Amino acid sequence: MSLEFIIIIIVVSYLRKRLQMSLTMPEWNRRFLWLLYGSVGLLILQVSVPRFNAVGNWISIAVLGLLLYIIYKEKVFESERFLVTALLPLLGVLLFEDTIILISRSFYDKWKSWIDPLHAFAVIWALGTWIVTRKQRSELKKAREKAYEEEQNNRIISQMKARLEVQVAERTAALTRQKEELEHTLTELKSTQAQLIQSEKMASLGELTAGIAHEIQNPLNFVNNFSEVNKELLEELKLAIDKGSMGEVKALADDIIENEQKINHHGKRADGIVKSMLQHSRKSTGQKELTDINALCDEYLRLSFHGLRAKDKSFNAKFKTDFDTAAGKINIMPQEIGRVLLNLLNNAFYAVNEKKQEGIQNYEPAVTVQTKKTGNSVSITVSDNGNGIPEKIKDKIFQPFFTTKQTGQGTGLGLSLSFDIIKSHGGNINMETREKEGTKFIITLPT
Amino acid sequence: MKILVVDDEKDIQALFEQRFRKEIRSHEMEFSFVYSGEEALAFMNDHIHEAVLILSDINMPGMSGLELLKRIKQRYENPPPVVMMITAYGDEENYQKSLSYGADDFLTKPLDFLLLKEKLKKIEV
Repeated sequence: MSLEFIIIIIVVSYLRKRLQMSLTMPEWNRRFLWLLYGSVGLLILQVSVPRFNAVGNWISIAVLGLLLYIIYKEKVFESERFLVTALLPLLGVLLFEDTIILISRSFYDKWKSWIDPLHAFAVIWALGTWIVTRKQRSELKKAREKAYEEEQNNRIISQMKARLEVQVAERTAALTRQKEELEHTLTELKSTQAQLIQSEKMASLGELTAGIAHEIQNPLNFVNNFSEVNKELLEELKLAIDKGSMGEVKALADDIIENEQKINHHGKRADGIVKSMLQHSRKSTGQKELTDINALCDEYLRLSFHGLRAKDKSFNAKFKTDFDTAAGKINIMPQEIGRVLLNLLNNAFYAVNEKKQEGIQNYEPAVTVQTKKTGNSVSITVSDNGNGIPEKIKDKIFQPFFTTKQTGQGTGLGLSLSFDIIKSHGGNINMETREKEGTKFIITLPT
Repeated sequence: MKILVVDDEKDIQALFEQRFRKEIRSHEMEFSFVYSGEEALAFMNDHIHEAVLILSDINMPGMSGLELLKRIKQRYENPPPVVMMITAYGDEENYQKSLSYGADDFLTKPLDFLLLKEKLKKIEV
């Protein structure tokens, strides 16, 4: 039997290869080499010299035992300790077998049929352990590779995460800076807007001043004239009393009363004009109040007409009103709606005046203001028979700063402010225009 | 003397009737009132010889006083009625224009009734 030496040769060869012993542990390698050569020599000896068989068996058992002991004991072979588990049963069986042979050859021969399966079992055990270990190792290797890969991935992920966090921080800082800049710009824009609105108001107030002067002068003239007349009438009254002509006294007194009523009426008219002028220059209170729509339209129509008239002496136009008495009073901010009306009316008068300059035969410039109550709303229509608005700028007229007038003549804010004012009243402003025929602006306000 | 007053202020009628009450009572003067240039022309069509004097407001909506003056002087040649212009804006430009259109006199607001009365009486002479 030469199985032992073959096992030793296999185990030693396996270990040398497996552990790369020539590199990692040269001292043990040298010893194992001696062991290997020794085992090969002894194997040859055992095979070729039958008398040496028994001795060879005992040597081989001792060597194998020693080998297993070394594997078990030395730390460098720790990873290969499974060999002990795998081969110890076989070593035990061989030792048992050889001991029995040594004690009684006949006993061995008699029980050989029992010992052989033991032998086979030990070999199978050794092989099985070997195979299982190899399998476990390959699985372990795979798991380790997988873990390494995961670790690698995690490292990459955490690197990316760190990079991302830096980027996010940078972006956040940039965005915060931008937001602050935008907020600052917005504040500036708001204050500029407020200033522009105020200057637009003041500009329209300037346009109004002359119209207002005219409007105030007329009632004041009446007040002065009628009070002068009353003075004369009172002188006459005194004479009539002296004469004792009571009929004349009564007639004169009636005249004086009538004149006083006129004085009162025109005084109030001037008062109303001054009040509305103050309202116009005042910042809007934002308070809505019940306002007579027809009266408001009439007031601003006159203001607009006389204002333009005062600025340009050659200016003239017909204006017509078509008021629906059902329009009545609605809840609005009168100075705001007044500004819208003034703007639309000034534009209308401007348009008809432009057309008049062209010298068209039989052209009669005319501006009409119409009010109409329909269901839950009141509409105010300002129409002119000017040249209309060209198709290509139709969409732009409500945009801020858009103007067809020359620089310095218009802010381009009129219609955009009008639009905002009407929207803030929950209303609508629409425009209909026909080139060469005229333009209509229709304001619709909820009642 | 028949005088047509053209003004867009309606109370002008009451004022004139009071200011000229003595003249009206003595039938020295007779006033008619219209409130626009268009009305004035229409009125003068029907009362062609009666309108002798027109006190017209230059600053009127619709046909302006200047336009009215021009048309009257074109239409009534022999003899044209005397036209006095009254305006709130007594500036040189309107004055010159009124004169070129043939205005006989030029008055500014506020109207000085004593002066107007004197001027009217002179026309009568």
